[in-house]
Amino acid sequence: MWMDLAIKAGLAVVMMLIVINIAGIHSWVERKQSAVIQDRWGANRAGFTLNSPLWRWLNPLLRPIIYLGLFQPIADLLKLVAKENWSPVGGMKWLHAVAPFLYLLFAFAGFAAIPFGDTLHVAGRDIALQVASLNVGFVFIFAMAGLGVYGIVLSGVSSNNNYAFLGAVRGVSQMISYEVTLGATVIGIVMVYGSLDMQEIVRGQGALLWGWLPKWGVFVQPLGCILFFTAALAETKRIPFDLPEGESEIIGYFTEYSGTKFGMFLLADFVETVMVAALTTTLFFGGWQFPYLQASGFVFPWGAEVAVGHYAVVAIQVVSFLVKVIAFCWLLMTIRWTLPRFRYDQLMDLGWKRMLPVSLANIALTGLVILLIEAL
Amino acid sequence: MRAIAEHPLTTRTMLLNLGPSHPSMHGVVRFVLELDGESIVKADCEIGYLHRGFEKMAEQGSYLTVIPYTDRLNYVSPPINNQGYCIAVEKLMGITVPERGEYVRVIMSEIGRIADHLTCVGAATMELGAFTAFLYYVEAREIIYDLIEAVTGARLTVSFGRIGGVKADLPDGFSNAVHKAFARTREILVECDKLLSRNRIFVDRMRDVGVFSKERTLAYAIQGPFARANGVDWDLRRDQPYSIYDRLDFEVPIGDGHCDNYERYAVRFAEMEQSMRMVEQCLEQMPKGAVAVDESGRELTGADLVEEAKRGHTAQVQELRVVADPTLDGTHRGEIEQVTCPDKHVLLPSKEATYGSIEGLMNHFKLVMTGHGLAPPAGEAYGVVEGANGELGFYVVSDGTDRPYRVRCHPPCFPIVAAIPEILVGHMVADITPIFGMVNMIAGELDR
Repeated sequence: MWMDLAIKAGLAVVMMLIVINIAGIHSWVERKQSAVIQDRWGANRAGFTLNSPLWRWLNPLLRPIIYLGLFQPIADLLKLVAKENWSPVGGMKWLHAVAPFLYLLFAFAGFAAIPFGDTLHVAGRDIALQVASLNVGFVFIFAMAGLGVYGIVLSGVSSNNNYAFLGAVRGVSQMISYEVTLGATVIGIVMVYGSLDMQEIVRGQGALLWGWLPKWGVFVQPLGCILFFTAALAETKRIPFDLPEGESEIIGYFTEYSGTKFGMFLLADFVETVMVAALTTTLFFGGWQFPYLQASGFVFPWGAEVAVGHYAVVAIQVVSFLVKVIAFCWLLMTIRWTLPRFRYDQLMDLGWKRMLPVSLANIALTGLVILLIEAL
Repeated sequence: MRAIAEHPLTTRTMLLNLGPSHPSMHGVVRFVLELDGESIVKADCEIGYLHRGFEKMAEQGSYLTVIPYTDRLNYVSPPINNQGYCIAVEKLMGITVPERGEYVRVIMSEIGRIADHLTCVGAATMELGAFTAFLYYVEAREIIYDLIEAVTGARLTVSFGRIGGVKADLPDGFSNAVHKAFARTREILVECDKLLSRNRIFVDRMRDVGVFSKERTLAYAIQGPFARANGVDWDLRRDQPYSIYDRLDFEVPIGDGHCDNYERYAVRFAEMEQSMRMVEQCLEQMPKGAVAVDESGRELTGADLVEEAKRGHTAQVQELRVVADPTLDGTHRGEIEQVTCPDKHVLLPSKEATYGSIEGLMNHFKLVMTGHGLAPPAGEAYGVVEGANGELGFYVVSDGTDRPYRVRCHPPCFPIVAAIPEILVGHMVADITPIFGMVNMIAGELDR
């Protein structure tokens, strides 16, 4: 009993560390990725040198880190933490303080249902590499994403600032509109794999289509994949869907935030980016699946088999999941630095008049195809 | 339901102060908006945050000291402002500028116009969130600024114009530098064009936004690219040619009748190409400037001149006409009569003459001391040029003394900013930034 609890706590810590680290490094990636796109150098100054004769030999090792700008996230963090904790005059102080916590909390909570590996057999125990093995994992994730709206609403309402208020209104309508599409696109996946459990969906993607093509979501639901990715992009509230922030129009729902509380909004944005990457990976790109890797090892479609030990298989799965997530984070970052921003009414048009009907049609089409396959 | 019918839901409009402390208002303008949701019901525009009293300051000093102030009007394209003011004073005094001087002026003005348009279209993309495209445009602008720096020694406050001409001739190898810079600028423009002009989001944000009819444009007396995009076929360079514009072959891009932001963007985009063409033509047509030749017809460089002087051949050297060097390096900078009117009453002598000879010093003294300097005959003149935003006019009144009695500047973006409240009504909050960006308000010239 206590052992089970300890294992679950350990898994939660591992997941938390993965997410926080990927999200934290995002502030560096954002700087460097945008610099690469824009022909700049990006951050390459923050850092320190050691003057003590005892530690001076470390300086040559520090220099490449400084040039890569890897100290920049630390400098950013220190700057945010050192700033004054300020709440606006005439605002609701308590709600103002609570909003970023709620936002970050719900952004993190969704990760509990994301599987990052198959079952690990160690010391006679079966450990599912997933924090919470929920049989309605998919519903849980969307519930958490939906609750994230509260952070935005509260920050906008409690700030006593018209810009923050406008940002909150935009944020709420955007998130609610796109969650409908988001949910509708995933129905197709649920129909194909016949489960709401994220782990089961990923296991289902380990099968092969026509004996050679991995049965990943993107191959069985190509339209759903594109729609999901677009709607999920809107959920992250980053360009081209960064209307709630729109730094050149309204400054956003966090106009009145500074210091650590602002940093939490920033971090939550990055966490959501990781969430979108993880969800896309899990639902459409095989999650922790590696092509042709079975529990016993590689089984290639042409009949060859390479036996791989159990721990190595689990390691490959976890690494495969992380690599896919990071690749999607990179893709999201590239999109963010390439496109201009939508306008509010255009966003609503896109969500309700174009993406929702298409995603509903996708459900109907998927049902039809499944019926036909079963009938044949 | 009955309760609602009896007590209808009342909605209130929201008052929103946009600016001056707002990222896209640059701290220089304020919009007071009345919003119904996100739609603008009423807009009011408050200007004057950058008022520095240009016109009053111009009355305090001599005619020459106004020139640096003009740099600070439209600080994105200062050579055009210099030219406008100088034309007004030249009209007052009846001075003709040497041909080469006119060419240098036009070259610098057009280069300044390219920088201005690059800033405008770049900033518009940035305000739509496409920060990357903005930095691409800025790269092109840096190249253009390098050209300006090569000629004037400054990037922003160039003070390059002089009454009767320009400060100095173009540097050696400028023509090559221009061709190289324009080749790269064109590459960047093609790249940005690919990135934006058919980008669905960008087009949706610009097309049919900020519509302002041709009639209303004329009613507000708006000129420049903004008016041309709205279908007003009017360009001072073509329709009221000044300087040597009548010798150049160029087209005036006109909007296709949408009268929207996209047209304003497209017209500016097309004008940059026309400006580049003009500069290239000028460089071809330009009469050759003086070169240093000794009595036997041998061409001399600055270093050779110094060598000659060291050998004591100063008498010969003084007689030579040499290539003017704008960097004020000294050694091979001679008189600059090729680019400025040779009249000693308006032309500041070169620094070598000022520091090296009593005549030069006296000439300089007579021009800069209070009560001595340039004193045009009593009268008034209006010098006008096609600024990057439209008609840029300087109305100079002289009472016969060495100080201007009045210098009135007609800023091109004033009428456009006056029209902004009318344009904004009915649009959404998000449309303000692209509309405002395409108005290209430069607070320096608007508030003066």
